[in-house]
Amino acid sequence: MSDNNEQLSAGKDTFYYDNVTVRNFLVATTIFGIIGMTVGLLVAIQFVFPEANFGMQYTTFGRVRPLHTNAVIFAFVGNGIFAGVYYSLQRLCKTRMYSDFLSRIHFWGWQLIILAAAISLPLGLTTGKEYAELEWPIDIAIALIWVVFGVNLFMTIIKRRERHLYVAIWFYIATFVTVAMLHIVNSFELPIAFMKSYSWYAGVQDALVQWWYGHNAVAFFLTTPYLGLMYYFIPKASGRPIYSYRLSIIHFWALIFIYIWAGPHHLLYNALPDWAQSLGVVFSVMLIAPSWGGMLNGLLTLRGAWDQVREDAILKFLVVAVTCYGMATFEGPMMSLKSVNAIAHFTDWIIAHVHIGGLGWNGFLTFAMLYYLIPKLYNTQLFSKKLANTHFWIGTLGIIFYAVPMYWAGFTQSLMWKQFNPDGTLVYSNFLETVSQIIPMYALRAFGGLLYLSGVFVMAYNLVKTARAGSFQSQSKAEAAPLLKGYQPDANEHWHRKIFEWKPVRMLVWSLILVGIGGAIEIIPTFLVQSNVPTISTVKPYTPLELNGRDIYIREGCYTCHSQMIRPFRSEVVRYDPNDLEYSKAGEYVYDHPFQWGSKRTGPDLHRVGGKYPDSWHYYHMLEPTSMSPGSIMPPYPWLYKQYWDKARTPDKIAAMRTLGVPYSEAFVDEAVSDAEVQAQTIADGLNKDGLAVSPDKEIVALIAYLQRLGTDIKNVEEVAVKEK
Amino acid sequence: MLKFIKHHLETIAGIEVFPLISLILFFVFFVALTLYVFRADRKVIKHIAAIPLNDEPIEDEEN
Repeated sequence: MSDNNEQLSAGKDTFYYDNVTVRNFLVATTIFGIIGMTVGLLVAIQFVFPEANFGMQYTTFGRVRPLHTNAVIFAFVGNGIFAGVYYSLQRLCKTRMYSDFLSRIHFWGWQLIILAAAISLPLGLTTGKEYAELEWPIDIAIALIWVVFGVNLFMTIIKRRERHLYVAIWFYIATFVTVAMLHIVNSFELPIAFMKSYSWYAGVQDALVQWWYGHNAVAFFLTTPYLGLMYYFIPKASGRPIYSYRLSIIHFWALIFIYIWAGPHHLLYNALPDWAQSLGVVFSVMLIAPSWGGMLNGLLTLRGAWDQVREDAILKFLVVAVTCYGMATFEGPMMSLKSVNAIAHFTDWIIAHVHIGGLGWNGFLTFAMLYYLIPKLYNTQLFSKKLANTHFWIGTLGIIFYAVPMYWAGFTQSLMWKQFNPDGTLVYSNFLETVSQIIPMYALRAFGGLLYLSGVFVMAYNLVKTARAGSFQSQSKAEAAPLLKGYQPDANEHWHRKIFEWKPVRMLVWSLILVGIGGAIEIIPTFLVQSNVPTISTVKPYTPLELNGRDIYIREGCYTCHSQMIRPFRSEVVRYDPNDLEYSKAGEYVYDHPFQWGSKRTGPDLHRVGGKYPDSWHYYHMLEPTSMSPGSIMPPYPWLYKQYWDKARTPDKIAAMRTLGVPYSEAFVDEAVSDAEVQAQTIADGLNKDGLAVSPDKEIVALIAYLQRLGTDIKNVEEVAVKEK
Repeated sequence: MLKFIKHHLETIAGIEVFPLISLILFFVFFVALTLYVFRADRKVIKHIAAIPLNDEPIEDEEN
C-alpha cells in the first residue's frame, strides 16, 4: 500500500500536541454549562413563581430566556465543540495546531463574546431574533473569531502528517463553513446606534431567513460538530473502530445536503408560501435516513462490547447521548408533518423536543468527553468512577423529569386550545385556564432541571479532584512520518478520495456549494416578494410612537412568550379574532423589521390584540398582570412607568426604516418626534380621563400605542373601499 | 443592497429550471457516491477507520 511505503521511506518527525487550549476550553464548557443551566433553572422556576425575577427588569423572563439559550448553545456547547475539535484534530492530523497564537485569540475572543452576551442580553440589547439575539458589534466579533478558528483549523489540516482525512474532520469542516454562511446571512442588519439595529429583512422574508438560520444552527452547531466528536470519541472510548466507515461517508454527504432545506418546518401553517412549507416537510422527513444512519453507526460500534457499557460511565453517557440523538431526530421529522405540527407548534412539546437534544445529545456527549479527557490531560485516573455513575443516573433521571412533564403539558394545552362546545364556542375561551392547568408540569420540569444541574455539580467536583490528583501535561509528545512532497496518488485510486479525502480546501468549497445551493433555492424566491407576499393596500407603516413601542416590545423579549401569528384554524380565529375571524396574512408583516411571530405561546397570541381592550386595561395589566388576569404568570413591568421612550433616536429610527424600504417620506424624518408626541398626548389624555395620571413621555404610552395597532390595519378594508367610491 | 440582488435574480431568464438542474446534479452525485462507497477498497477503508485508534502519544511526559 502506498501509505506504508511512504512511511518506510521517510524519517519520523517528533512533535508535541497542544493540551493547554484543550484544557481551557474544557474548563470553559464546564463553567458555562453550570451558568447556562442555572439560568435555565431560574427561568423554569419563573413559570411557577413569576416573582422569581426579583422585581428587576434585568432578570425578567423575556430577557433571561435568551440568556439561557445563548449560554447553553454558544457558551456550553460552543466551548465543548472547540475542546473536542482541538483535541481530536491534532491527533487525527498527527500535528500540533497550526498556531498557538491563533488558538489563544480564539479561546479568549470567544470568552469575551460570551461576556458581552451575558451583559447585553439582561440589559435588553437584543435584535429580537431567536438564537441570534446578539447585537451587531457582537455579531461582527463572532464573525472575526470564527474566521480565526477557521484559519487555525485549515492550516492544521494542511500541515497534517496523515494523508487521509478521517470523517470527523469532514464534519468539522462542514460546521465551520455552514455556520459562517448562516451567521452572516441572518445577521444582515442596519445599525442605528451602538448596540441597536434593525433586521435587513422584513416579515415573511425575515421569518424564513431566521428559521433557515435557526434550524441550521441546530444542524451545524449542535449536530454536525457533535457527530464529528461522536465519530472520534466512541471509537476512542470503546477501543474499536466505527461500525461502518462506508456508512459514515454517506451519512456525511446526505446529512449536510438535506439538513439545509428543512428550515421552513418551523413555519408550517404560518403566513408563508405553501411551496416553501411543503419543501420544508419533504426534506425534514428525508432527514430520518441520514440521522438514523449516523445514530446506528455510533451504537453498532459497541456491538459485542455491551459488557463494557455496564462498567464504564463514559460509554453509558455516550450510549444515552446517541440514543437521545436518535429519538430527537425521529421526533423532528414527525413534528414537521403538518397534522402533527398543528398540535405541537407553540406548545411545550417543542421545549421537550429540544431538551432531549440539548440535555441528552449535547449534554451527555460533552460529559463523556470531559470524563475521558480530563484524566488523560492530567495523566491520572478519574477520581471516582462511582461518582461518575451517580452523575449518569441523576442526569438521566433529570432528562426524564424534564421531558415527560413537558410532553404532557404540550399535549394538554394544545388539546385545550382546540376544544369546542357543541354550540361552536371554545370550552376554554380564557387562555389562562390552559396555562393554570399545566403549572404542576412546570414545577416538575423545574425539578428535572434541578436534578440534571446537580449531576453537573457532582461531575465538576469529580473532575476538580481528578485534576488535583494528577499533573497537567501542557503538551503530549508524538511521532509520525511527514507526508511526502510531490506525492502522486496511484492511478487506480478512487475519485472520491482524490477529490475530497485528501483535499481539505476542495472539501470546504464543495460543502459550501452543497449547503449554498440548498439555502439559496429556499431563500431566493422570497426575495421576489411581490409574487410571494400579496400586498394588502390598507397595511401602513407604524407611526413613530408605535415604532418606539415595538422596540420596547422587542427589548423586553415579549416574543419569548407571545406569538404574533394566528394560524388558519377555526380554534385560533375564534379565540383571537372572534368578530372578523381573520387569520394572519403574509401581507400584514411587510414593515416588520424584525418579524415577531414568536415560537412559543406561554401567553396568548397578540396579533389581533389591537383594539381588543381599552388603553386603561393595558395600563393596569402591564403594571400588575394579575389585576386584569387573576392567576397570570406574566411578571409585572413597573419600570415602563418610570422610563422614557426614546425621543432622541426617533428620527434615526425612521431614517433607518426608510433605508430598509418602508415608505416614509423624507420630510417625515424631521416630523417624527412631533408626530409621536401628539399621539402620545392623545393616549395620555385618554388615560387621564380614566383617572390614570401618566406622562405622555413614559414607555408604557409607546407600548400601548404599539399593542393597540397590532393586526388592525387589515380591518380598514371597508374604510378604503368607501374612500375609493 | 438586497434590492440589487433581488433585481438581478428577477431578471435571470428561466430561473424556474434551476431547481430541476440542482435535483439532477444531486441525484447524480449521490448515485456516484453510493457506487464509490460500495466499491471502495476494503484495506483503505479499514486504515482510515482505524486512524482514531492509532493516535496515542508515544509517551506522556511534562515538557
